[in-house]
Amino acid sequence: MNKSEGFVPAERGEHALPCLSGRGVTRVFGTGAKATVAVDHVDFDFHEGEFVSIVGESGSGKTTLSKMLLGLLSVTEGEISFQGKPRDISTRRRRREYWQGIQAIFQDPYSSFNTFHKIDAVLLDCIAMRGGRHLPMEKKREMMAEACGFVNLKFEELTNKYPFELSGGQMQRLMIARIFLLRPRILLADEPTSMIDACSRSTILDMLLNLRNETGMTIIFITHDIGLAYYTSDSVYIMEHGRFVESGSAHDVILHPKAEYTRRLISDVPKIYEPWDLSTV
Amino acid sequence: MRNTFRQVFHSPRFVTGFVIFIFLLVTLIVYPLVSPGDPLEMIGLGSFFKPGTYISVLDAAGTPAQTLKLPDAADKRLSSMLSESDRVSMLRWLTAVGVPESEIDLQDTSSLLKLWRENYDAKARPKGMTMSDRRFYQRLDEQLESAGSAEALTLMRQDEAGENQEVGRVSGTDYVNVKDVANVRTLPLGTDNFGRDTLKELVSAMGTSIRIGLIAGSIATCIGLLLGLLSGYLGGFVDDLIMFFMNIFTVIPSFVILILITYSIGQAYRGADTVAIVIGLTSWVWTGRSVRSQVISLRNRDHVNLSRLSGHSLMRIILTDILPYIASYVVMAFILQISSGILAEAQLSLLGLGPRTTEVPTLGLMMNWAMLYSAHINGAWWAYFPVILVITLITFSLNLMNTGLDQVFNPTLRD
Ligand SMILES: Nc1ncnc2c1ncn2[C@@H]1O[C@H](COP(=O)(O)OP(=O)(O)OP(=O)(O)O)[C@@H](O)[C@H]1O
Ligand SMILES: [Mg+2]
Repeated sequence: MNKSEGFVPAERGEHALPCLSGRGVTRVFGTGAKATVAVDHVDFDFHEGEFVSIVGESGSGKTTLSKMLLGLLSVTEGEISFQGKPRDISTRRRRREYWQGIQAIFQDPYSSFNTFHKIDAVLLDCIAMRGGRHLPMEKKREMMAEACGFVNLKFEELTNKYPFELSGGQMQRLMIARIFLLRPRILLADEPTSMIDACSRSTILDMLLNLRNETGMTIIFITHDIGLAYYTSDSVYIMEHGRFVESGSAHDVILHPKAEYTRRLISDVPKIYEPWDLSTV
Repeated sequence: MRNTFRQVFHSPRFVTGFVIFIFLLVTLIVYPLVSPGDPLEMIGLGSFFKPGTYISVLDAAGTPAQTLKLPDAADKRLSSMLSESDRVSMLRWLTAVGVPESEIDLQDTSSLLKLWRENYDAKARPKGMTMSDRRFYQRLDEQLESAGSAEALTLMRQDEAGENQEVGRVSGTDYVNVKDVANVRTLPLGTDNFGRDTLKELVSAMGTSIRIGLIAGSIATCIGLLLGLLSGYLGGFVDDLIMFFMNIFTVIPSFVILILITYSIGQAYRGADTVAIVIGLTSWVWTGRSVRSQVISLRNRDHVNLSRLSGHSLMRIILTDILPYIASYVVMAFILQISSGILAEAQLSLLGLGPRTTEVPTLGLMMNWAMLYSAHINGAWWAYFPVILVITLITFSLNLMNTGLDQVFNPTLRD
């Protein structure tokens, strides 16, 4: 796949190498009688350049899985492979390397920022992480302005402000600007639109799609809204009680669901998605 | 940040507490300049001299006198000479000769004397009075007569041969200006059981106690903060280990540990600072616990996750992503630790386990001395009441500051 020429949809199937895959990934919280199995032996293969959705209702273990994928939470059992090799995040250096390749946008933009730091600090961190620590300040400002431009924000209006002076939508767009600067191979977006209004929601989604088209990064999109998943994704994983009950291309899974749980999720979709003709299901 | 500062200084509670505390601190600095000297110097031979101005009798007698004719001078002199038991005896006589008790006011000396002069008759034999009773009243009457007449005193000096030589006379109308007397000492709070200037001792004790509070508070806050941060952020084995120690300290009341440690150190090695350190080492637990629980809730916040994803080191995350969020809480905990440190010292000293007594006074030691020498039974309120007042003021002002801060930092808790 030639990244310099824009995004080319990855071929799926036996020949394409998965960039992130897991076998029997399990996470148990607590021990003994109080143990909760948040993620229960899940298998997955996420391919280069794919837009994958993980759909499940609240408490099904989506966030837990994403934290494990990010290496923020240890895996109780199972194996995660990154770019064809077993993932190694045992040392701080390895973790830094890993996080060059995989980054995240979180559910709640209001708690994603350190309220004591100006927002410039967040973007400067990204530049430093990409090895631009010693660039001249002008160059850095240029890069920050470009990133803000990508998400339709004006850097001049934001510089020297504190996060709490921004709206939720602006904060979440800034988080995307951060990803734009970092250019990871994989982006994990954990319900990035659930805390903001519907209008900003579609803006954010469009920006994620733009980002994918521009850089060819893999986007793992976590949501409880199967309608959104259908609208954006190449492939979909349906999660119930810590297990994947169904997976496949978005088209197959949503238009021809096999699992009972998937049908229920689809029937819960509000009528606003009527034109997609889900009534035939 | 500046905004928070302004808010803090607009909180009436904080400002009140702050002003009281600053007033105490200023007293601490200024008073020793105004009245220098060793606070533990024993100036009085005897215990519990009343508050007041003490004038050297020798110097007063030697100071050139002026004549003042004050109309009530004689009465005042009499009233200061008339003891409480004399007054009660006079009452007994007066009622025995038929004066109604309601007309007699024991505290009003002039009316009492007037009644006495009208009703006393050396030859009268009131019912129920024995011979010796009547003798007593005769003597009392003579005393009153001579005191009332205010005859001059003769001042004598013994020369080398042992002869008494008259050097001057002091009459009832002689006055000296206090400013002219060479030796005058005002003891605003009198002296304590060892004859030490209580006020000077109190100011010095306040300083030591605040110092003890600061040392104990800093140590407790530092240990609590460090262990709370580590155990909350790292979790796992470190958390288990630290929680094990915290539980031990919680199960055994820290005051008991404090008593055991101070007792085992022994009187000779127990300076004020040692006691402060021991207090600090035994009182970090609740700071540690609450810091830990705050850190645990912060640890899962997304900004910490984001910071980790940015590859920041553990130190940096703790210092920039966790500490600022709990800083206000830590400041409040520190203030409370200072006041509980001061109280812990007072408790220890009351038990006789405070700092050794020879070097510096502390508020607790002053209470201990007052108690050992029964100041409360002797009516020497100045030996203990000001101490209690100062302890109350310190802790009250610190707690006020704390609730003021609490209102600013946790506005939802505002009533
Ligand atoms: N730190 C934790 N300690 C104990 N249990 C946890 C912890 N985090 C999550 N869980 C449990 O794991 C399960 C899955 O939680 P998770 O946050 O992954 O759900 P989710 O699918 O992200 O839900 P939502 O859509 O509400 O975000 C829940 O039952 C939750 O109670
Ligand atoms: Mg979640």
